[in-house]
Amino acid sequence: MRAPRSLVQLIGPVGLVVAAALVGATVSRTTEIYFINALVAVSMVVALYVFVGNSGVLSFGHISFVAVGAWTAGVLSVPEAEKPAFMPYLFGFLRDTTVGNVESLVLAGVVAGVFALLVGLPLMRLSGLAAGIATFAVLEITNNVLRYYENVGPGLNTFSSVPETTGLTQAALGALVVIVIAFAYQRSRFGRQLRAAREDPAAARAVGVSIYRQRLAAFALSGFLAGLAGGLYVHFLPLQIDGVYLDLTFITLAMLVIGGATSLWGAVVGALAVSALDSVLANAETGITILGWSFDVPAGTRLVVVSALMALVLILRPSGLTGGKELAFGSLRRLRPAPAEAVE
Amino acid sequence: MSAVLASGLTDFLRDAVDPQVQADAMGLGAIFALMAVGIGLVFGVLRLINFAYGQLIMAGGFALAFASERGWPVVAGIALCVVVVVGLSLVMERIVFRPLRGQSPASMLVATFAVAFLLQSIALIWFGPLGKNAISLVELNQPVSIGSVEVRKISVVSLATALVALALLVLLLNRTSIGLHMRAAALDFPTARLVGVRANAVSAVAVVLAGLLAATGAVLLTVQYPTVTPTFALRETIIVLAGVVLGGMNRLYSATLGGFAIGYVFGVLGGALPTNQSQYLTSFVFALVIVVLLLRPEGLFTRGGRVVERV
Repeated sequence: MRAPRSLVQLIGPVGLVVAAALVGATVSRTTEIYFINALVAVSMVVALYVFVGNSGVLSFGHISFVAVGAWTAGVLSVPEAEKPAFMPYLFGFLRDTTVGNVESLVLAGVVAGVFALLVGLPLMRLSGLAAGIATFAVLEITNNVLRYYENVGPGLNTFSSVPETTGLTQAALGALVVIVIAFAYQRSRFGRQLRAAREDPAAARAVGVSIYRQRLAAFALSGFLAGLAGGLYVHFLPLQIDGVYLDLTFITLAMLVIGGATSLWGAVVGALAVSALDSVLANAETGITILGWSFDVPAGTRLVVVSALMALVLILRPSGLTGGKELAFGSLRRLRPAPAEAVE
Repeated sequence: MSAVLASGLTDFLRDAVDPQVQADAMGLGAIFALMAVGIGLVFGVLRLINFAYGQLIMAGGFALAFASERGWPVVAGIALCVVVVVGLSLVMERIVFRPLRGQSPASMLVATFAVAFLLQSIALIWFGPLGKNAISLVELNQPVSIGSVEVRKISVVSLATALVALALLVLLLNRTSIGLHMRAAALDFPTARLVGVRANAVSAVAVVLAGLLAATGAVLLTVQYPTVTPTFALRETIIVLAGVVLGGMNRLYSATLGGFAIGYVFGVLGGALPTNQSQYLTSFVFALVIVVLLLRPEGLFTRGGRVVERV
């Protein structure tokens, strides 16, 4: 009976993603873009959550894994004939290799995951502010290298002619895969050990948890998922290096914090809620009419609103909109009194 | 191969010890040191890393540009810059820092990250992405002869300004009662409050001082980069933050040294590396940051192997 009861917690995140995808399928093509974007954002934020949420250690570096994933999937899926046009200096093996959609996504995850593992080997020894600054350094270095090293990608050029396979279906499936993996991880003994270390490092150590190893595992897994999200992203829109830098780092962190950093439910709610707000404001920047009341806000309002909201949430409700808890169905619990939670 | 490497190294060393490169690097180091003190001062009292410090400098830059476009005298421009930056600092302290008091350093860092983006996007709406020009002081970029070498005036001015500002700050911290209160608060905030240090006053003074330093930084930075955009000083702040953590956050002087060191290294490498390598300057510097953090997580310029923060 244990498995079904724990799976209840998966209903919220999965249901929300499926609902978003279904609604997205009924709207016009121009509006559908916003739904796809929101679903890709869910993948990124859940990937970020796997490390930040479970370990309680801040990371400014995850967008570098998204970038590495996007570069991997992008470079490998542009048709060979098109590569010289905007990537003239590619290494031979990259120039002559083209893979299919699914392979490119898997490779994006694997390359980013390995990168995260290598980066994590030294970095996971740090904690607190030093960890925050070090992950920031990773973001800066990755961005700097991808920006100028034209043997591995387009440099400052935009990724054009990547097959645009990330439609609503792929974005939703990708988000679901990421959510299920994140859920399986947080219910596993590794996830539990890491969460225990987050709540009380000393007690966790005392019962034999290696905080370093658990953090490293989470970091690598989270890098893998972030890379996958990056692959989804580059298959969705023509990406450029500035698209996977500070702004995206900020937005994804904001989504996680606003939703509630310590639960999967919070990560999904945050990503979808902020995306929805962002889409409405993006529309308002070009002028929209809602219920006969026409909006026209200046360009840039989105970031103002989102950052103000993030600051407000941090000040007034530091645990986020969901309180950092998984979605619980209280009524179900009451109908069937749960056995003692000691095993959990 | 080794001959090429050797000649490359010789070129690098020759350029690195060039007096002009050295002077510029020290000038940059001085500006970074001022910013580091501003960040370190607030951290010392509030235990809060202010990521939005660069946006204070950006606001100061726009104030200078505003004055410069209207042809105000230099002094009036600087006065406006100081008023704007200090005012904004106080507002930030009141509505963001104070409510956050007592939260974990990491979540305060995220909060100031949000404030940084808020100010940046407000500037974007207000002034547009292309920014404004602050050109009242550009003649400071002219060279001046010291003995046989020519250096830019701004390098000398930056270094002198930083030294004077730091000397004044040391006097304030060591010779006045509010300075004593601040040092007490930096050591142990709760105990300091118990013995009668007024928390709000100390935190306000720290923020005002940090604001004054930010205004100074704005004046010096606009000389080097006269075009003020919404992302003005953002990169510099990230580098200074790394420098502050590198030097050691716990003490003001180690944070200052860290800021100076990273600015100096940045200046020397930027001046001496050939262009095809200097585009990777950011990577070099941040790789160095990671190495130092791993070897000495408590900071480069702190004494002994004292652990700052347990896991």
